[in-house]
Amino acid sequence: MSVTDERVDARPKEFDPQRRWRVHPQVALRDESFGALAYHYGTRRLLFLKSRTLVDLVSSLDRYESATQAIEALVPEAERAQYTRALARLATSEVIDAS
Amino acid sequence: MPAEAMPLRQRFTQGLDAPICLTWELTYACNLACVHCLSSSGRRDPLELTPAEARHVVDELADMKVFYVNIGGGEPMLRPDFFELLEYAVDHKVGVKFSTNGTRLTAERARRLAGMDYVDVQISIDGALASTNDSVRGEGSFAAARTAMDNLAAADFGQFKISVVVTRENVTQLDQFSAIAESYGAQLRLTRFRPSGRGVETWDRLHPTADQQRMLYHWLLERPDVLTGDSFFHLSALGEPLDGLNLCGAGRVVCLIDPVGDVYACPFVIDKEFLAGNVRNEGGFTAVWRESELFGSLREPQSAGACASCGSYDACQGGCMAAKFFTGLPLDGPDPECVFGHGEDALAARDAGALPGAALGHSKVDHNGTPIPVPTPVRFRTRALA
Repeated sequence: MSVTDERVDARPKEFDPQRRWRVHPQVALRDESFGALAYHYGTRRLLFLKSRTLVDLVSSLDRYESATQAIEALVPEAERAQYTRALARLATSEVIDAS
Repeated sequence: MPAEAMPLRQRFTQGLDAPICLTWELTYACNLACVHCLSSSGRRDPLELTPAEARHVVDELADMKVFYVNIGGGEPMLRPDFFELLEYAVDHKVGVKFSTNGTRLTAERARRLAGMDYVDVQISIDGALASTNDSVRGEGSFAAARTAMDNLAAADFGQFKISVVVTRENVTQLDQFSAIAESYGAQLRLTRFRPSGRGVETWDRLHPTADQQRMLYHWLLERPDVLTGDSFFHLSALGEPLDGLNLCGAGRVVCLIDPVGDVYACPFVIDKEFLAGNVRNEGGFTAVWRESELFGSLREPQSAGACASCGSYDACQGGCMAAKFFTGLPLDGPDPECVFGHGEDALAARDAGALPGAALGHSKVDHNGTPIPVPTPVRFRTRALA
């Protein structure tokens, strides 16, 4: 099976924070002073992760049972809603996928 | 300003640990002689990077996490190790986007490309009709490019790109370019004509007029799917910004490695003024990118100069450094194609004697068509010992 087929099969319709997520296998991250660059080798899209917290969160997702648990562990309470929205955007652009 | 609050564009102007968009011209050899060639290509340079040196550049790019490299020339497919280098790059997770005139993109090579991951191809045409194209790129070049497109389509390559440098003559054909791209399921990419390389000689007669630029701006605004390599940011002064970073990335997020390993601030400034170092020097490309004095100075806050009082400076950032340099305008003033006409005033006021002049570079003939003598390399012969 090709990588593309796997990706299509695994891709949920919406971002479900109760699932376990991970950095998409075709995505590479490069640390920068503002956060990180994310490049998707499949879609050829370059995206910017605009804070260090977001980079840490994204890179740690697969160590938690769910995205919600990862957010609770790594993000201050007042900012959790904002980071949940950021993860939803990254799911749409396939920087992260449900594992 | 606290680090977190700094806008991303400002971060980029201060430079990144590695380039986002790196152009690597593999060879100055070219079988065409386009009148606007930014690198004045034609003859192979005898000092071209060897295959081993080129692979070493890829190793460095992989270490720096440069995600992809834009390969050009000259005609990159003329390099004997072209496919080996492509495979080496892709194996090291350095994606390749390469530009070609298509003349060497045979059916067999199209199939080989179709079998490779992380390789994007863009084929250059500069007219939607053979007559418009061939007056810039040479007789037969339109037919050759179309054959290459047919070959890619027949090989099921997938979506390739059609790359057009916008000129006074082809700007009236934008919809026709779109139609050609659509007929192949290809993406259209339009870029700005800069007065670089042989373009120094042809810019005056071929760069789009002010009216044409306004028309182009509105055409692009309505078509966000058309790629531009962020090259028309000087037009953003007309109102709503065009899609992209809208900044001059030279030495900050962009640079050029030329065929002999020289590193310049961007692909459009092949001139000693903008030479930052060479990949063959100690520390390689990484040291040039991170430590060169030239790049350091480009990452400092730049003076807006004569543009400081203009309300649109934030939108256009004074335009393109290369366009100013090669038309003899000060770097801290308006772009020669400033949408408010300040560039035209500056062009009229400049001292023509101080122009950088035509760069013949690796051209095979000069602008009158006279062949340029090839410098004879000095050879030392050792007499065979009896």
